[in-house]
Amino acid sequence: MLLAPIVWILTIVICYFFISKTWWFPPPISQHGVAYDAQFMRTLVITGVIFVVAQFALGWAILRFRNRGQAARYSHGNNTLETIWTTATAILFVGIVLVGTRIWIAVHLSDPDPNAIPIELMSKQFAFNFRYPGPDGKFGRTDLKLVNDAAGNPFGLDDKDPAGKDDIVSASLKVPAGRPIKLIMHSRDVIHNFFVRELRLKQDIVPGMEIPLYFQADQLGTYEIPCSELCGLGHFQMRSTMQVMAEADFEKWKREQAANR
Amino acid sequence: MSSPVTAHVHHAPQGFFRKYIFSLDHKVIGIQYYFLALFSVVIGVSLSLLMRYHMINPDAKVGWFGTLWPTAAQGGIMTPELYLSLMTMHGTIMVFFVLTTAPQGGFGNYFLPIQIGAEDMAFPTLNMLSFWTTFVALCVMVAAFFVQGGPPLSGWTGYPPLSAIGRLAGPGEGLGQTLWIVSIAIFCGASLMGAINFIATLIDLRCQGMSLMRLPLTCWTWFVTAILGLLGFAVLLAAGVLLILDRSAGTSFFLPAGLLVSDQILNHKGGSPLLWQHLFWFFGHPEVYIAILPGMGVTSQLLSTFARKPIFGYKAMVYAIFSIGFLGFLVWGHHMFMSGMSPYSAMAFSVLTMAIGVPSAIKTFNWIGTVWGGQIHFTTAMLFALGFVSLFVTGGLSGIFLGQPALDLYFHDTYFVVGHFHIIMGVAAIFGMFAGTFYWFPKMFGRMMNETLGKIHFYITFIGVYAIFVPMHLLGIAGNPRRYADFTNFDFLGKLIPIHTFMTHAAYLTAAVQLIFFFNLFWSMKKGKPAPMNPWNATTLEWTIPSPPPFDNFGGRHPVVNHGAYEYSVPGAPRDFIMQTDPVDIHVQ
Repeated sequence: MLLAPIVWILTIVICYFFISKTWWFPPPISQHGVAYDAQFMRTLVITGVIFVVAQFALGWAILRFRNRGQAARYSHGNNTLETIWTTATAILFVGIVLVGTRIWIAVHLSDPDPNAIPIELMSKQFAFNFRYPGPDGKFGRTDLKLVNDAAGNPFGLDDKDPAGKDDIVSASLKVPAGRPIKLIMHSRDVIHNFFVRELRLKQDIVPGMEIPLYFQADQLGTYEIPCSELCGLGHFQMRSTMQVMAEADFEKWKREQAANR
Repeated sequence: MSSPVTAHVHHAPQGFFRKYIFSLDHKVIGIQYYFLALFSVVIGVSLSLLMRYHMINPDAKVGWFGTLWPTAAQGGIMTPELYLSLMTMHGTIMVFFVLTTAPQGGFGNYFLPIQIGAEDMAFPTLNMLSFWTTFVALCVMVAAFFVQGGPPLSGWTGYPPLSAIGRLAGPGEGLGQTLWIVSIAIFCGASLMGAINFIATLIDLRCQGMSLMRLPLTCWTWFVTAILGLLGFAVLLAAGVLLILDRSAGTSFFLPAGLLVSDQILNHKGGSPLLWQHLFWFFGHPEVYIAILPGMGVTSQLLSTFARKPIFGYKAMVYAIFSIGFLGFLVWGHHMFMSGMSPYSAMAFSVLTMAIGVPSAIKTFNWIGTVWGGQIHFTTAMLFALGFVSLFVTGGLSGIFLGQPALDLYFHDTYFVVGHFHIIMGVAAIFGMFAGTFYWFPKMFGRMMNETLGKIHFYITFIGVYAIFVPMHLLGIAGNPRRYADFTNFDFLGKLIPIHTFMTHAAYLTAAVQLIFFFNLFWSMKKGKPAPMNPWNATTLEWTIPSPPPFDNFGGRHPVVNHGAYEYSVPGAPRDFIMQTDPVDIHVQ
């Protein structure tokens, strides 16, 4: 019988933390992020209501029907009730996922923006490296045999290829605010994962596959990139940052990188 | 409808080895599985405590770490690779050797034959083999702790390329990973043996009058669980074979070209890491239903018994069990939304995943419906069954977030996932086992467990598990990735360490309280009050035979069933329960 108030108190405490948002998402920095948060909130409200009602009902049953000598009702069920709550659940559950489909389609099934700035990502145990095509707009040829991390050539750029001469290699991701980005992701050893909380996006990076991720960041700032797929003993240290800059600053950065080659 | 075929009639076993070690008696085998699970859960929980300690004390020097693991914990400081190995073994041992043994191999083995009125399982020798094969699998798994390089660090999910590259990929990925695969493969064999036995037994050995719709729900869950095991483990076995070939025979099932590991270019080509994920999760999702369905059956059984009320919507419950089983094979892709597989597949899998929430909801409503209007007796067994319902609600609802690929774009591989599966598997399923223990202990050992100790254990554990696992959802919302050895390398993670500290302390307390259960269990075996034949005034067949039962269960009798399994508080009946074997017209005066 003590179980009833315990269930209720646990329910209230849990609700408190989800309402007070003491530990919560960081603010979103993209339109996708705003849409994401709305879908999350819809889901939270639906599941939250069900959570409270179910735990409350359980506690109520425990209290109200504890043995005080009353006879139990002999009943094998109620088909009408069964039909009603089954249908309601089906509509709610399937409904919420269909509403969210728009977000999924926008990220992965929409026509890519032809003006998206291409940036290559090469992940390895235990670092992210990024490459920009430079003013010629072309990525230079790479070869695994030419990879030399110690000499600053994580991509294995072939310096015999003129197209690669102006490529910019960076250990952190720099993007201009308000412009669509196409992140072209590779891994050269095991599965890694690119995740930026503020973008509300993550994607596994699979060896043998070239996986594009399109996004647009609208808020200036520097955001951490934690690897989010177990990749070995250095997984917890595999970190980079995404810096969102004003477009003018981004162009300046690119010029500086080119000048420093 | 009754089958004239009976189990192979065997005479009372003679001699210590035949009676207790290589027994063909499903009751002995059930207890053997149970103790294997008990041993495994002690290891599994210990590993998790080491993990939680390390997460908030990553630089601590602990003397005996250095003694136990001279390479992996030099100077007593746990390395990240050791952390990941402990994590891998924690998940593996818990999922396979605890959750896939006790609920099915333990209680299922013991009580399925009795509840259907049979003398034993259909294939007693196969039954014995299935236990000892499981035991060998456990030995091989434990051996991985002691080989050079130690246990694997690729997680219980063992994704290639990390798990396929071999020693080059780092510590634990040599012999340790190989032993892990071999152990799992042996375990697959054992499970297949068990599955065949359960299915044949339920179909063929039901006694006279035990029609399908009179079966206790426990039997239905053991039956569907066995079907899931039969179909799922076969695929895992295949995947394991392919992985071993990639590791040692130069094949490239899972390894693409262009891999540069430890400065070496590997000469594999043509393989797909995603292939492993499909194979693994095709098994892995039914596996989690294997872990939970028996607990659902036990919960149904206990809620009805201790509320003195029939099951609310028995037929719907049976359909829900089958729906969960069937749909369970169609949702594996929800573990792979972010994997790089087709986004169209993700949409299909997510609709099916939401669909599987429906029979789960039906069961939850029906559990509440069962106790509603009842006369609830709060035995420890009942408390665990009610606790199961509460936990299943909590854990199931977080699945509504994860089943949407749109939301999984953030939550994949965060602590939100860890919280979700721990509440469902690591707690609700365990509560199903506790409930089964307190309910069936009198029958198995002829003695009652101590109710006071049971209740203290229950209440502290119930609050403790909520304290450990619900905060994980908040960590997930804050973006805390999983499988991180510590949280000192990211600004945003540093702010979350207080939550980790809280969870760690809750884990210490909750683990400590389990000692009360162990004491209660072992003490009661020798010193508990002698148990009557039917201490709970329950209706099913196990309560018509002595506590503990004779070797052939029904003493040579052939029970005849006249009633459904949940005839409690029937108007006009002489008592508030009608046993399944009571005369047909017992409630007609």
